[in-house]
Amino acid sequence: MLFALALIGMAFLVLPLAGLLIRAPWSTLPQRLGQPQVLEALRLSLVTATVATAACLVLGVPLAWLLARVPFPGRRLVRALVTIPLVLPPVVGGVALLLVLGRRGLVGQWLDTTFGFSLPFTTAGVVVAEAFVAMPFLVISVEGALRAADLRYEEAAATLGASRWTVFRRVTMPLIAPGIVAGAVLCWARALGEFGATITFAGNFPGRTQTMPLAVYLALETEPDAAIVLSLLLLVVSVAILAALRDRWVTTA
Amino acid sequence: MTSMKEFLVLKRLTRWAVAAPVALALVTGLSACGSGDSGAAATAAPSSSAPAAPTSLTVFAAASLTETFTELGKTFEAANPGVKVTFNFGSSATLAQQITQGAPADVFAAASPATMKTVTDASLAGAPTTFVRNKLEIAVPADNPAKVDDLKDLTDPKVKVALCAEQVPCGAAATKALDAAGLKVTPVTLEQDVKATLTKVELGEVDAALVYKTDVLSAGGKVTGIDFPEADKAINDYPIAALSKAPAPDLAKKFVDLVLSQQGKDVLVKAGFEAA
Repeated sequence: MLFALALIGMAFLVLPLAGLLIRAPWSTLPQRLGQPQVLEALRLSLVTATVATAACLVLGVPLAWLLARVPFPGRRLVRALVTIPLVLPPVVGGVALLLVLGRRGLVGQWLDTTFGFSLPFTTAGVVVAEAFVAMPFLVISVEGALRAADLRYEEAAATLGASRWTVFRRVTMPLIAPGIVAGAVLCWARALGEFGATITFAGNFPGRTQTMPLAVYLALETEPDAAIVLSLLLLVVSVAILAALRDRWVTTA
Repeated sequence: MTSMKEFLVLKRLTRWAVAAPVALALVTGLSACGSGDSGAAATAAPSSSAPAAPTSLTVFAAASLTETFTELGKTFEAANPGVKVTFNFGSSATLAQQITQGAPADVFAAASPATMKTVTDASLAGAPTTFVRNKLEIAVPADNPAKVDDLKDLTDPKVKVALCAEQVPCGAAATKALDAAGLKVTPVTLEQDVKATLTKVELGEVDAALVYKTDVLSAGGKVTGIDFPEADKAINDYPIAALSKAPAPDLAKKFVDLVLSQQGKDVLVKAGFEAA
């Protein structure tokens, strides 16, 4: 019984991918892949997802630490709030970002009048949208690792006179490194596939904000074959990177 | 990573899944005034395959028909008690793809003959009828921050312009109109359908956009429309057809008849469409 369900579950996840492979227009594949806008979208996707992950690491790890280690009133509420992007439809996330960081948004207005700078329709905007959607994955993962880690090591370091920052950097971080890597991988994968918030907040312009998922969606409007090719490419690249990371980091951890 | 850790993450997740909706209600309440989800998800009605007369009609219609068809759907439901009309509004190109991939629709109303052709070429619909025409306008936010007053102003690099992607009808029409005017515009974004383009103007994120006249009207006072002569060179015909694999063929025909009737025409013309 358990096996049967497991097999059905596997088929459910794997069959659609097989569909992509079977329906792929193999004969025109090389020519379609060689188009400059395809590589441009791929490059943009990889760069923005990586920058977004880096930003999530810088902000998300301390946030996870705060949630796991520092008791403060309303912590449960804060934890619920920061994981909202997980359940929020990404398009709504994009609109929410526009309302805050858009040219007429609460913060965006100030940015625009003070620095003459506005985020929507820029590559930085893509990074913001991706980070917004992907950061909770990192925070959850790191917080879980922090809670599972043994507090006594940190306490021992503290009694030996290490400052909070030193404890965090020299004891906590190495202790939860696997959790951080796993979170970063999840976060990167989510950022790479981000569509709704990106197209809503950053718009769609080739070379600047058109990432692979956006290119796939628009190709689907007129050329399903092109969309399949783009999807396959994204799939191959992301699987390759994740597999490489897994060998390098996750299994050894 | 160990399975124990995975389990812990999962446990956290499930607990949050309970706590999050409360706070979520707060946030969605705030952002509900923005645009809706114009994604590709087809909301096909669960059409019963029972032998009894079908009680649900599924209409796939161009995003620009959202307001008028919703109104006509109510009229249709009133005239046919017990029948529920479900709409799937989106870019005509997306809808055409969904239909050719087997989405269970009864009626397709497209914003361009080209997108309708995708469906008729696959022998999924009979001969379509053009029911209205729509014209482009320059849409600017109510306060017109960039002082746009004709098509040429859109070529100014300081003016942020949103256009529809060329793959969708409003984008094809925009390209045609700009070509006719001999102008080259570099937009900041190419949106996936006309409503998304309009939203960017409504929110004031762009200074101008090319959308249909009907969309400008539907936005009420938030957006001002500016006519331009080249729009006449890029008028979009809207074809409608009952689909040949319609789960509810009789209702489909009735709905097409309603759209083509004088009553249907009145609703559409009131919204800014031109009678075909």
